[in-house]
Amino acid sequence: MNTIATERRVIRVVVNGSPYEREVEARLLLSDFLRHELGLTGTHVGCEHGVCGACTVLLDGEPVRSCLMFAVQADGHEIETVEGLAPNEAELHPLQRAFWEKHGLQCGYCTPGMLMVLKAFLAENPDPSEEEIREAISGNLCRCTGYQNIVEAARYAAQLLRQR
Amino acid sequence: MPTRFFGEPIKRAEDPRLLTGRGRYVDDIDLPGQLHVAFLRSPLAHARIRSVDVSAAREMPGVVAVWTYDDIGPCQRRMPLLIPHPDLTHPYTRYPLAKDEVNHVGEPVAMVIAESRYAAEDALEAIVVEWEELPPVVDIERAIRPGAPLVHEELGTNVAAHYVGIVGDPERAFAQAAHVFRERLVIERSAGMPIETRAVLAVWKDDEDLLEVWDTTQAPIVIRNALASLFGLAPTQVRVIAPDVGGGFGCKIMVYPEEVLVPYAALVLKRPIKWTEDRLEHFVGTNHERLQIHDAEIAVDGEGRILGIRDRFLHDAGAYTPYGIIVPIITACQLPGPYKVPNYHVEFRAVYSNTVPVSPYRGAGRPHACFVMERLLDRVADELGLDRAEVRRRNFIQPHEFPYDVGLIFQDGAPTRYDSGNYPGMLDLLLERMDYRRLVEEELPRLRAEGRSVGVGIACYVEGTGIGPYEGATVRVEPTGQVYVATGMPQQGQAHKTVLAQIVAEELQVPLESVQVVEGDTAHFQFGSGTYASRSAVVCGSAVALAAKKVREQGLALAAEELEVAVEDLVVEDGRVYVRGVPERGFTWAQIAQLANPLRYAYAGDLVVRPRPWTGPALPPGRQPALEATEYYSPPHATWASGAVGALVEVDVETGQLRFLRLWVVHDCGKMINPLVVEGQVHGGIAQGIGGAFYEKLHYDENGQLLNASFMDFLMPTAMEIPRMEIAHQETPSPLNPLGVKGVGEAGAIPMPAVVAAAVEDALRPFGVRITRMPLDPDQIWRLTHPAEA
Repeated sequence: MNTIATERRVIRVVVNGSPYEREVEARLLLSDFLRHELGLTGTHVGCEHGVCGACTVLLDGEPVRSCLMFAVQADGHEIETVEGLAPNEAELHPLQRAFWEKHGLQCGYCTPGMLMVLKAFLAENPDPSEEEIREAISGNLCRCTGYQNIVEAARYAAQLLRQR
Repeated sequence: MPTRFFGEPIKRAEDPRLLTGRGRYVDDIDLPGQLHVAFLRSPLAHARIRSVDVSAAREMPGVVAVWTYDDIGPCQRRMPLLIPHPDLTHPYTRYPLAKDEVNHVGEPVAMVIAESRYAAEDALEAIVVEWEELPPVVDIERAIRPGAPLVHEELGTNVAAHYVGIVGDPERAFAQAAHVFRERLVIERSAGMPIETRAVLAVWKDDEDLLEVWDTTQAPIVIRNALASLFGLAPTQVRVIAPDVGGGFGCKIMVYPEEVLVPYAALVLKRPIKWTEDRLEHFVGTNHERLQIHDAEIAVDGEGRILGIRDRFLHDAGAYTPYGIIVPIITACQLPGPYKVPNYHVEFRAVYSNTVPVSPYRGAGRPHACFVMERLLDRVADELGLDRAEVRRRNFIQPHEFPYDVGLIFQDGAPTRYDSGNYPGMLDLLLERMDYRRLVEEELPRLRAEGRSVGVGIACYVEGTGIGPYEGATVRVEPTGQVYVATGMPQQGQAHKTVLAQIVAEELQVPLESVQVVEGDTAHFQFGSGTYASRSAVVCGSAVALAAKKVREQGLALAAEELEVAVEDLVVEDGRVYVRGVPERGFTWAQIAQLANPLRYAYAGDLVVRPRPWTGPALPPGRQPALEATEYYSPPHATWASGAVGALVEVDVETGQLRFLRLWVVHDCGKMINPLVVEGQVHGGIAQGIGGAFYEKLHYDENGQLLNASFMDFLMPTAMEIPRMEIAHQETPSPLNPLGVKGVGEAGAIPMPAVVAAAVEDALRPFGVRITRMPLDPDQIWRLTHPAEA
């Protein structure tokens, strides 16, 4: 066994605005760190080889696949997960509202990844075309919805966000 | 006016939790002291195990136990044959951990239990297995030749089942036919591939004498029964919970080795044990579907009317037959589709191969059947110079001909009997939406004149949904005002919590938010079989409707007694039961539930009923202290949904790429409980169907190695590949169940290979090619259009 992989390091991250300090094995994936060390299980794991996009989180505002990063690589960075999306317990983020309204989810497993990717995308492109939305989520697999209502939800969310 | 809940596009009750990251999937649950499992899986397709040395692995840091077949006590018996069939003469199931032989790459051989999954996987590398390689059987056509190597030597054959079904007099029909056309049609191996893999978490709770298991299963009651029986426990000592499940599509209904081994480890080690499948394991450890090779022929008269069909096909069963021969039986029974086939000979052999076992994947034998039937009809149309839509019209079962018997016994043992439908109406609606005449006569010629390879296809299908044996539900109005609904069905995204609540809210006229649906937990409901075969809304929905109706009757009777009026004088509205025309004389449902329960103490505030003079027992004979009913619904046979799809596609002849320009769907699932949910189901099925038509093929090499066992190589369509779908609904209620509903879960997946084949073939008419194999891919299209270079 590679000892570097199992060597323990202390990391400090800010997740959804809260600071955390943890000692982790160097080989611990960021996805496992979020889910099983911090208990933020909203971030899902679908393939662990960077294709399905279910584990997407925002690292300093940019979407990344948390299964393709080690937790130690996130040391000193800010992370946002689906748990940080809604402004408070009683209110949903416009993206969440739009997904609810347009039936943009079924089993809900790919949903957190879709939401995080779209959050970053709509910040850059507030008034996207259908084609642009489809391209934006083309790195995220969904097996339930056929994507149509996800696209509808993204358009509606863009509209809600523009109205804010 | 009563409020309408049934039939309304109501937003899902499930969503706020799932959208905010508060879903609870099995791997989300971590219990204190939990251990983790990793499995050593066979790297070979077919081999004898000479020895397994786990001694070094047992010494690895963090390892608690390493088990082989010798260590698994009561699990040392073969996995159950879940669905036997008289024609399955040579069934074969596996041991949870291979005993002395492995029969496919991915078969579990040993399990490591360790303090972390990372440590468990480290230890896998220290296990040494000595193999004796056996010849792998991969090609099912070669597997049935005399002298072929055998998957299971002791069976003496690779043929697990040989089925023959005959309707009418096919030989005579073929002898008298004006035309007979033959096709060899192949549909390749694929898999459901939910984004959530499988997972099991088990804990033995010593203080309660209870084995608690969280499982990503589509059938928690089946798992509960299997575990209780295997471990000699009472069913009430095993609680199986399917919490949020991230997609199923059929592959999560089974009793898999991991589903018994993980609970067994929890019993032995007295610690919580978790196993979560990784994606590579899923590719080689979770069941596949689809591969069939059909030799089909159709006999027609001079006008293209079907006289008979003969179909002989091989079905790839994989290495074992735990789920019987359900898939090819469905293919055989559903092949005639919405058409009258008076004379029919269908025959299949289910053939073993050294590959992952085959069990239903969304569509379950129907995409194969639809592909064969629709390809034959397209061939008839083309050979006779008829329009492809016209040939279908000439052969439809007519609306007045229901119930219609196909003449074969369906997968549930009941007759294949269509209960209702309007197939000509369905096709007319599709053609109208497509503007078919204009499309074929003006649009296509115009586009082709521009040099574009465009084509149109249509395909029709039926789907036997809502099969038995039965499902049940408990509905109870709580004295606190909520309505509790419990069923045995788990969900994997089908919105049960919403649609079942709609059924109850409609009956009791209570706010939707007050209805709490509990599902997928054997502690709440004990009887039923699970979520599969597009049956939840039909079978479980009907049980819920029956129970809600009974509760309504109980409430009306109590209120009538208390108000001293006749039941007929009461109305149920706005969450209350009151005297017609005198709204203030009545009770809320919560008050009636309190009336039902002669407690000494008020729930809150004042007692609804003042103490009364003694007249006998507080709860007279025949009365229960709750507004509560448990009902079961058992369908006489399947109810038959149907649909028609049309596609306008463009093929790039130089790259072999396929693009959908338009995609139309007409769907008929009887009464819709929630059109939003119905459309979502259709969308998802269509997308998976497109995957099966152009992208998804599991590719085994001749050694039985799965060559594309990753999402990098097994291509599933993204949002870029799935077109916008234009859906129209036809509603032909089912006469079989109280709601008039039919299933919709699998619908979309069924016609897509057929319609894509038709449209691509139409687009490639100048090349004179026939599409006889699914899925296509750019390479195959390029070869078809460049025969000289290919």
